Amino acid sequence: MLLYLARRILYTLPIAVGVSIVCFLLIHLAPGDPLSAVIPEGASPEVVAQIKTAYGFDQPLPIQYLNWIWRAVHGDFGMSIMTRRPVMSEVAPAVVNTMILAMAAVLLGFGFGILLGLIAGYTSGSLVDRAVTAISVTGVSVPHYWLGMVLIVIFAVHLGVLPAMGMGAQGSQTFALDWVSLRHLILPACAMAVIPAGIIARSVRGTVIEVLKQDYVQTLFAKGLPPQRVFVHVVKNAAPTVLAIMGLQFAQLLGGSILVETVFSWPGTGFLLNSAIFTRDLPILQGTILVLSMFFVTINLIVDLMQSVLDPRIKRA
Amino acid sequence: MQKIAVEIPTKTTQPLIDVRDLSVRFVSRDLDIRVVNGVSFSLEAGGALCILGESGSGKSVTLRALMRLLPPTAQLGGDIVIAGINVKSLPAQDLRSIRGRLISMIFQEPMTALDPVFTIGTQIAESVVFHDRVSYSAGRQRALELLELVQIPSAKRRLDAYPHELSGGLRQRAMIAMALACRPKVLLADEPTTALDATVQIQILLLMRELQRELGMATIIVTHDLGVACEVADDMAVMYAGRFVETGSSTDVMEKPRHPYTLGLLKSTVHGGMRGAELDPIPGAPPDLADLPPGCAFAPRCPKHEPQCDGQMPAMVEVSRAHYARCVRLNEPA
Repeated sequence: MLLYLARRILYTLPIAVGVSIVCFLLIHLAPGDPLSAVIPEGASPEVVAQIKTAYGFDQPLPIQYLNWIWRAVHGDFGMSIMTRRPVMSEVAPAVVNTMILAMAAVLLGFGFGILLGLIAGYTSGSLVDRAVTAISVTGVSVPHYWLGMVLIVIFAVHLGVLPAMGMGAQGSQTFALDWVSLRHLILPACAMAVIPAGIIARSVRGTVIEVLKQDYVQTLFAKGLPPQRVFVHVVKNAAPTVLAIMGLQFAQLLGGSILVETVFSWPGTGFLLNSAIFTRDLPILQGTILVLSMFFVTINLIVDLMQSVLDPRIKRA
Repeated sequence: MQKIAVEIPTKTTQPLIDVRDLSVRFVSRDLDIRVVNGVSFSLEAGGALCILGESGSGKSVTLRALMRLLPPTAQLGGDIVIAGINVKSLPAQDLRSIRGRLISMIFQEPMTALDPVFTIGTQIAESVVFHDRVSYSAGRQRALELLELVQIPSAKRRLDAYPHELSGGLRQRAMIAMALACRPKVLLADEPTTALDATVQIQILLLMRELQRELGMATIIVTHDLGVACEVADDMAVMYAGRFVETGSSTDVMEKPRHPYTLGLLKSTVHGGMRGAELDPIPGAPPDLADLPPGCAFAPRCPKHEPQCDGQMPAMVEVSRAHYARCVRLNEPA
């Protein structure tokens, strides 16, 4: 098992390197010069060259990449061009905030998704099943930023029961486990949860129907096991498939949603990316995207490992 | 913990298994077929019956009907009484307490009939835990005994093996161990050797016969394989299109077959003492169960067919002691 673990982690390294190269290059492919925001109007070519050297933009791309990645692995993503603060001190709290939102959306979305999927899977073909399928298709199809605005209109503007934006009183940027913070969390978490809920419901339903058709389920009934014990078997057999989809969904939620976070002014990575794009804050963009993609890679690794624990047929050798 | 819903009587005056006029119909919106049409038989404790027939003859459905392991579209008729319990009219929630405890089943394909993500030990132990109300560790202890009973080498290690880690023969042994977990009085086997290699088949059959004698269970084996049938059964029932067409002791049925279908089966399969003889297949195919002929169902394929066969379904006639056949031309010399 330990050897398997080590190997899986080793396999992940080239992926991580590849992702970081893409991260780095993507920014350079984007049109526009990042320095235009820093360089004063009408600066002489000497000054421009000086600034370029200061930021390291005069060096060839591979060198720039190596410098960047070397500092990045040491936690130094450079300085934000806009705020002149270290990128890390901007990205870290944003990541925490996005995580809070993602966790809330995961609890909501996966909880409802699994519940609805199980009900539909167990009653497949019935009216209940069709209703659940209709709900989940709707959930997948609704644009979440639009849903976010609708939620704001209903609950914040008309009913006035929940706050429309921010994550706490007076534009607080940190989350506390109190009623005020939780109230701010409800609407964005709901908006974020709808798509994963629909996707999870559909995959749980499909997998449960597939598992219930298997011969071994008949064996379990032939053994005279009570339904709750049969359910344990169904869940363990369905888990690896559903887990793969949950991993992807979770990673996507962790990536934050630029649109939802912007709609709700939730100070997470999406919100940060949004403002960084508009201000051409290259170091922030690179740092955020790199951190997020590393989350993605890590979660995929964790899902792989969990699958191999759940399903003994996945080779560990 | 739920209470034991059904008490299993230890002694009854009736035979252990008494099936009267069993019929199974599958009814759904666009389907209504009679798969089993009036099957009757009885079996004493310790007896071994083999139901022989082609695919689609209704033999597996008959077997599953005995423990009501059929989809909800199935409608049962007739009577099934096992150990004095009327299985046919048992409420669905009480079925649980007889399945696995009074009646167990061995399935054809152990690879798909065992749960791939649980160990053999757990799958045996869970039956014991639920039926015998013991702790999980006691269940595992019983599982170990059972694996030794079915002669699985290094049983202790195999307890923690997953089904895919065992060979086909060992898997089927584990399946048998699982079926025996709660000391059932009746063991049903649905083509228990069909999915196995020929060399392993005979080992499994010998094991089953040995266990059946040792534990005194009534056993019903369903197969299309004549060799398997003679190997394990005291009694034999040949099934065609949902009906028994010939029943009797295995010696009578194998050596003095009276129904043309039994005869055809014997001539069309390779079995002992046939070296050099020509194989003679039965022409045609089994009838469509949704559209059975009014008379004898075998008539369209029968070499001895005559007009009176198409009139009505002939009755079971005792041709010699405890040997019955369903054919209008029984009185003629074979």
